[in-house]
Amino acid sequence: MTYNKLKRIDLIFQEDSECPKVLEKTFGKSNDKIINDILESGLKGRGGAGFPTGLKWKFASEESADERFVICNADEGEPGTFKDREILFRVPNKVFSGMAVCAKVIGAKKGYIYLRGEYRFLLPQLQKALDVFHREIKDLLDFEIFIQMGSGAYICGEESALFESMEGKRGEPRNKPPYPTVAGFKDKPTVINNVETLVYAYMICKHGPMGFRELGTSDSRGSKVFSLSGDTPIPGIYELELGMSLNHFVEEFGDGDTKAVQVGGAAGFCVPRKMFNDTIIGFEGVPTGGSMKVFNSSRSMYNVLHNYLEFFEEESCGQCTPCRVGCQQLIKGIEAVKKGEQKASYLDQLMKLSETMKMASKCGLGQSVANSFSSIVENFREEMIY
Amino acid sequence: MAKKINLKIDGVDVQLDEGQTILDAARAVNVHIPTLCYHQDLCVAGNCRVCVVEVTGARGLVASCAMPVSEGMDVHTNTLKVRSARKNIIELLLSEHNAQCTICYKNKQCELQDLASEYKSAEEQLYIDLVPLKNYTIDNFSPSIIKDDSKCIRCQRCVRTCEELQHVSALGVAYKGDRMKISTFFENPMYDVVCTNCGQCINRCPTGSLIERNYVDEVWDAIYRDKKHVVVQTAPATRVSLGEDLGLEAGEVVTGKMVSALKRVGFDSVLDTDFSADLTIMEEGTELLTRLKKALVDKDPTAKLPMATSCSPGWIKFIEHTFPEYLDNLSTCKSPQQMFGALAKTYYAQKRGLDPENIVSVSIMPCVAKKFEADRPEMRSSGHKDVDYVLTTRELAMMIRQAGLDFNSLPEENYDSIMGQSTGAAVIFGASGGVMEAALRTAYEIVTGREVPFENLNITPVRGMDGIKEVTVKIENTVPEWNFLEGAELKTVTAHGLTNAKYVMEKVKSGEADYHFIEIMACPGGCIGGGGQPIPTNMEIRRKRTEAIYKEDSGKPIRKSHENPEIVAIYKEFLGEPLSHKSHELLHTHYKERKRY
Repeated sequence: MTYNKLKRIDLIFQEDSECPKVLEKTFGKSNDKIINDILESGLKGRGGAGFPTGLKWKFASEESADERFVICNADEGEPGTFKDREILFRVPNKVFSGMAVCAKVIGAKKGYIYLRGEYRFLLPQLQKALDVFHREIKDLLDFEIFIQMGSGAYICGEESALFESMEGKRGEPRNKPPYPTVAGFKDKPTVINNVETLVYAYMICKHGPMGFRELGTSDSRGSKVFSLSGDTPIPGIYELELGMSLNHFVEEFGDGDTKAVQVGGAAGFCVPRKMFNDTIIGFEGVPTGGSMKVFNSSRSMYNVLHNYLEFFEEESCGQCTPCRVGCQQLIKGIEAVKKGEQKASYLDQLMKLSETMKMASKCGLGQSVANSFSSIVENFREEMIY
Repeated sequence: MAKKINLKIDGVDVQLDEGQTILDAARAVNVHIPTLCYHQDLCVAGNCRVCVVEVTGARGLVASCAMPVSEGMDVHTNTLKVRSARKNIIELLLSEHNAQCTICYKNKQCELQDLASEYKSAEEQLYIDLVPLKNYTIDNFSPSIIKDDSKCIRCQRCVRTCEELQHVSALGVAYKGDRMKISTFFENPMYDVVCTNCGQCINRCPTGSLIERNYVDEVWDAIYRDKKHVVVQTAPATRVSLGEDLGLEAGEVVTGKMVSALKRVGFDSVLDTDFSADLTIMEEGTELLTRLKKALVDKDPTAKLPMATSCSPGWIKFIEHTFPEYLDNLSTCKSPQQMFGALAKTYYAQKRGLDPENIVSVSIMPCVAKKFEADRPEMRSSGHKDVDYVLTTRELAMMIRQAGLDFNSLPEENYDSIMGQSTGAAVIFGASGGVMEAALRTAYEIVTGREVPFENLNITPVRGMDGIKEVTVKIENTVPEWNFLEGAELKTVTAHGLTNAKYVMEKVKSGEADYHFIEIMACPGGCIGGGGQPIPTNMEIRRKRTEAIYKEDSGKPIRKSHENPEIVAIYKEFLGEPLSHKSHELLHTHYKERKRY
């Protein structure tokens, strides 16, 4: 196990008035150089899936097309995540700058910020900041950013459902391939990145890849913004180095009675106390889009799971069978076991079902329901039954 | 040339074109992968997930219908993982599905049922029955289509059909998660939305969720009632498809057997819609020529060109909703079904000495929209409901089975008289381009005194599966009466499927096209691909039925509508001449504007 000292980093929220200057300098470099810098930094997508950002940009830049897009995924909907809201609130110009660098590299003339419906209150100030930004980069790059409002569906944070939604259709995930870098928004090559990813990409351009690379572990480079909630005396947003153990995290943030931590929101994993020591927060361990929910011994894990399943049951788009019906069966199933209408062994059948959902669902939503389901049922089986 | 891709399906080497899917590859080597949301006529959805397979190196299972083949792919279709996932998915579908199969209209014709019996063991249901927890509703207000949400598996075939093939989008997806359902605008009943009743959705529904309103029992009741004289007419396209529902191959012409079956079922008189198709040509052809004269010679602004055919009730409702400003461009002729109905209770009743009150008029149609058409308030010009009951090809097959007839061993019989005689021009009404061809055969001859300048009267450019067929016919050496058309070029267009219809109408609207005559059939391929036809219907089957239609035409002794002796007789004895006062009263109609949603 790699030991990492828990390190608070306060980089991302620092005000930055040098964006235009940094962009001018960056645009002086070749596209290959910029992509190499991003690749070298080891930056992986901060939305949760962790695809290397440099590769995404590279793939999109290699496609031949008359039009390309860069999209900032600000449909932050994972239960327990609120970091993107803070980034957009405090340093929107860094987000725009990240988009501009990407636009330059892949040759996009238009960029979009798909803003979560519930974040509509951010719109006026975001638009104001955007107007300033457009004036600042007017002579640097032929690039314009538009803000597109979401309407409150969790599934629209899934990239292909987001494209559908942007195109005015029902937000349902598409079949993949083709991937967004080949055929994304309007079936054109598209880079879609999380808010935080774009800020880091910008900061890598500003400070060079090495500063970023020095943080974290070999699989999880850099720092990451975490949204901390639950049974903690100090809920809030923290930028921390990746690769720390959950034990250290809980020591720092827990209330001394931590029973489990849900890493990565409803779609993530529930880690019980006995595994804190062996669990690394990062892509080699438990990946997270930022949500860290701490539960103490007063919490019923049945209620936690029930709550997540209620969420999925409602937020599934409903198109594919494993996810639509699977979510309903999981929630009805644990209810039946709890009430004694089904034997405890029915939980094993439900575990098989969650495995099918993981294997056969069309998109990440249905595939990830099994994460919280199996990690909670496996570790807190007793609470499911009695 | 497409790039070739080499891959393995269950260890067997396959070579396919780039862009094809794993499902294509499996079918190429006769490996059966079950599917539900997949349909050859539609775009790939990949949402039922029963077709998942294992690809070595891939993270989870992949949907074979949606996954393009790639070089060196190693696919396994029957591993433990695949089997377990597939069985689970089928169980999930069943848990949401009202599986009262024995009382279901689609019992034994249901794709979900087939899969369930393939994969289900005799044990009880694996998962909790969700049906009682859902507020499923049945929409049975429409005279044509019944939509039962409790049978729906949300494969969205109907949604894709309505959007892609028909550009109508009456059906769409509403809500999300556990409440996700197939619905209409504001969840209004089907009769109150833009639905054209074409029934293409029924034809693609894998379960009993979308079915036609069934009138089989009503028809049996009429047959059993002594006082009633039940006449039946059969549409051109039913004779090339009925066999499919009774164990025969697609594309077999079963006219004689069908007549024989209808007689044995107990209809008092078995007559032919082809007769009134010939009559339609006389009326519509004359109407076209009259409009041309009014527009070109008299410069009468009320004579609207292009003139569009009015045989297809799906198309009529579509134009009423979508292009109401073009209602005057529609031919005023009723469809052959309704012409027949009006005459059955007037001309036929007179000739046979029957009280029209006691006549029950039934039609066998490849069509679901015909049920709606027969219910239109305008369709009572005989003083009674002109057509009492419309049965689809499928419903007729059901009656034949119920009657215990061995269809294939029935002798071939001829239609009764009167109103049973027809020509090749009438039978081709069943295929896209048929009305156009039949009209040209007659109109050209009226104008020039000669047969159309095509070999054996076969106007092949208007035939076939191209969605839009533009054909220009030059008119030369006219007879003196029509010499104002000398040298004129008659511009025609033939379209099938409402997506193509919309395209044609938009061209007309923008002024880009200056057609004189438009033939539109709502269903892909024309009536042979109608919503009331046997299931499945796909491109290959449509082609076979079309071939059968033209075979029937070329085998007919008379192939021009105006030469049908019964047509000559009805004008002499009853109607006078085409577009006469009596014709207008009985054979023509009007249309009304409908709202867009």
